[in-house]
Amino acid sequence: MSWPNRFEHLAKVARDPRLKSFYQQGVVDPYQQLGQCEFVALDFETTGLNPNIDDIVSVGVVPFDLRRIRVAQAKHWLVKPTSPLAKESVVLHRITHSQVESAPDLEDILEEVFASLHGRVIVVHYQFVEKSFFNSALMARVDEGIEFPVIDTMEIEKSAINNTRNWLDKLKRKPIPSVRLADCRKRYGLPYYQPHHALSDALATAELLQAQAQYCLDPSDMVKRWWS
Amino acid sequence: MEVEHQEIANFLIAYPPFSDLPQEALHRLASQVEVGYYRGGSRILEYGEQITYLYVIRSGAVELFRRSGELYNRISAGGIFGQRGLLMNRKVRFGAQSLEDTLVYCIPVGVFDEYCDVYEAFADYFEADDNARLKITVSEQADSNDLTTAKVRKLLLRDVVYVERNATVQQAAQVMATEQVSSLLIYDPEKPVVEDPDEDDGQVVGLISDRDLRVNVVAKGLDYQTPVSEIMSTDLVIVDSNAYVFEAMMLMLKDNVHHLPVVHKRKPIGVVALSDILRYESQSSLLFVRGLMDQQSVEDLASYAKQLPAIFTRMVNEDANSHMIGSAMSIIGKTFKHKLLELAEAKLGPPPIPYCFIALGSMARDEQLIVTDQDNALILDDDYKPTEHGVYFEQLAKFVCDGLANCGYKYCDGGIMATNPAWRLTFSQWQSQFESWIDKPSPEALLNSSIFFDLEGVWGEVKWAEKLTAFVSKKAKSTPKFLAAMAHNALRRTPPLGFFNGFVLEQDGEHRRSMNIKRRGTAPLSDLVRVHALGVGSKKQNSFERLEDIDEANILPKGKVLDLQAALEYIAIMRIRHQAWQIEQGEKPDNSLPPETLSDFEQRNLKEAFGVLDKAQSFLKFRYQNKSMMK
Repeated sequence: MSWPNRFEHLAKVARDPRLKSFYQQGVVDPYQQLGQCEFVALDFETTGLNPNIDDIVSVGVVPFDLRRIRVAQAKHWLVKPTSPLAKESVVLHRITHSQVESAPDLEDILEEVFASLHGRVIVVHYQFVEKSFFNSALMARVDEGIEFPVIDTMEIEKSAINNTRNWLDKLKRKPIPSVRLADCRKRYGLPYYQPHHALSDALATAELLQAQAQYCLDPSDMVKRWWS
Repeated sequence: MEVEHQEIANFLIAYPPFSDLPQEALHRLASQVEVGYYRGGSRILEYGEQITYLYVIRSGAVELFRRSGELYNRISAGGIFGQRGLLMNRKVRFGAQSLEDTLVYCIPVGVFDEYCDVYEAFADYFEADDNARLKITVSEQADSNDLTTAKVRKLLLRDVVYVERNATVQQAAQVMATEQVSSLLIYDPEKPVVEDPDEDDGQVVGLISDRDLRVNVVAKGLDYQTPVSEIMSTDLVIVDSNAYVFEAMMLMLKDNVHHLPVVHKRKPIGVVALSDILRYESQSSLLFVRGLMDQQSVEDLASYAKQLPAIFTRMVNEDANSHMIGSAMSIIGKTFKHKLLELAEAKLGPPPIPYCFIALGSMARDEQLIVTDQDNALILDDDYKPTEHGVYFEQLAKFVCDGLANCGYKYCDGGIMATNPAWRLTFSQWQSQFESWIDKPSPEALLNSSIFFDLEGVWGEVKWAEKLTAFVSKKAKSTPKFLAAMAHNALRRTPPLGFFNGFVLEQDGEHRRSMNIKRRGTAPLSDLVRVHALGVGSKKQNSFERLEDIDEANILPKGKVLDLQAALEYIAIMRIRHQAWQIEQGEKPDNSLPPETLSDFEQRNLKEAFGVLDKAQSFLKFRYQNKSMMK
């Protein structure tokens, strides 16, 4: 499947004007080299783990390229989830009920979020969360889902680990090291950040991709080699 | 909505100059940084290229290089680079390369300029010589201009003003008025000039200050034609030009004087007044010494001594270097001795004959730390008669040594204390003792007596201690056999080079899996420095000052003295920090450094410092080892 073609198709069938315009703007050229690309790290915090029940409570985006992360252009939104905020998740990401009470609905900030993704390759760590939650959240609100390509730092890490495991490791079923964000970062000497804040996690993901680009990614690789 | 970058702000707030910014400004700064990752060994900045950021290391370590390619500094988390270029011509002054995987925060030049304009403390931090901010590393000891590490000679703004001893007090006052000084040195043109330039004191016989004029002339209604020699102070307390400002102040407080002649060798090169340095008065250790002087009993002293660990950790946290901490702790130790001797004399009555109480080892070298034995001895007047005076000095020694033990200075296991009759000798006996150590050296005999070659008088006839030192320095340098024996002993303890390859060295006792940083680091280094110092006839006791003399004598290959200074400072400060950390954890401070507490960066620096020691030991062996005596 080619993402430009897919976007062209989605632009035609999308009903919501905001989604339509998102698809019409198209995707980054799949043949562009990673070293030349503009990226944006995206992270959601959610009320729980099930996209069918739980909803998004915050969104963090951090634009960057392989040399520099531009913190000044980073953005962070708190949004009001449709499902109630569980006690455990309050503890986890330290977002309180009163904070989300006064927060806007995801729909109200949708255009701003799209604007900050525009023209950039989206980077996430563990794509399931961002893809499925974004999809379900829009389904619930405008009765249409969303699709988009991402580069997943977790996938890059898995493939890097796989390349360094020899047949003996595999034969012995030596356990694969953890690919959680914090554990991946540790392998590149990156500092520990307090997890479960959309902005810090997005920053952490951006830094991880920069590090991977100096160890196991070839900056001359084309975008299409890594996105999914 | 203003986005708060908590991770970045929380990091920056821990490091100056960001820690001094108002909270709002800090958050605004955090939201304007750019972040970059550099794999270990990558080039970050090239000399001469355009510089557009101030760099702050978030994690990892960076090496800075001079244009020549020579290593300038090594910095780690919280370290800043790029400021020189930003402040000068916006061209990189020091090339930068990541030593390990490094994450940097880059502050754009526009933001840097704005913050320098708006926040004074921020600007001051960069405009004060930035060398002072750079941490000491193995190959470069920061040439610091920081006020807290300034040396006395830096306070001297003008030459010495003299009048001769026959001048009248009125003439002296006129000179002080026209020269705008608050003190004068008095010289005697008839005093013979000594031949040895090291001993040349410029014929100085005394000092007068404006206070002397007030108290001794005006208040007493003395004739203005009185010669200055009648009112001058003759018992001068002097300070070496290499002493820290801070040490000068300690001396002033201890001896209650307001003017100190500053000497290079023995020749006065200026006078510092208390008013010149009063702005440093908040130094906690100074207040401690002052408080110490007020204690009136051994019990009071012992309970006052409990503050000492806190003083020590505060100095460490204030980023004092090892030389400052060592001399502050030594001065405090000497002040304890002063007070105890004062109390002893009050109890036992005045001494029947003159004597000198001497400090040995680390206290004499001004390198004392918090965990320390008392090493001391007595020099007695040659008129000493055991039957008549023996009891007095036995009691005096016992009083002082017991008092010191009560104040936390442990008894010396080797019995090197004034309570041991073997170390209560008359001046002539000491002289023959040193003579026999030097003339008939055996490594075994010297093993336990090397401590006597670091010696300082702390009470009584301190000139005797200086005389003994002068005697030793003349004799030792011309006795190769003695130097060879000392060198042999200095090579007994080697640095733990294998330590860093996961090799565990100290398997004994409770300190398993650790390295004794004193036994394998600072001690062999000061042993080595002592041998060279004796070899060049230095009269200095402090290892850093000895190294300066060794440097002047040019006996080591070029650059080696600098390396040794840096290595000594690094190992000593690691030992000091370890002890301060233990104190803060409520543990008993010791010298065992557990490897897991060291960062990669510290391990590398230590390893390099040990490497310097290792090479220096090989050189020592080559220079002094006398083959014939090894048979």
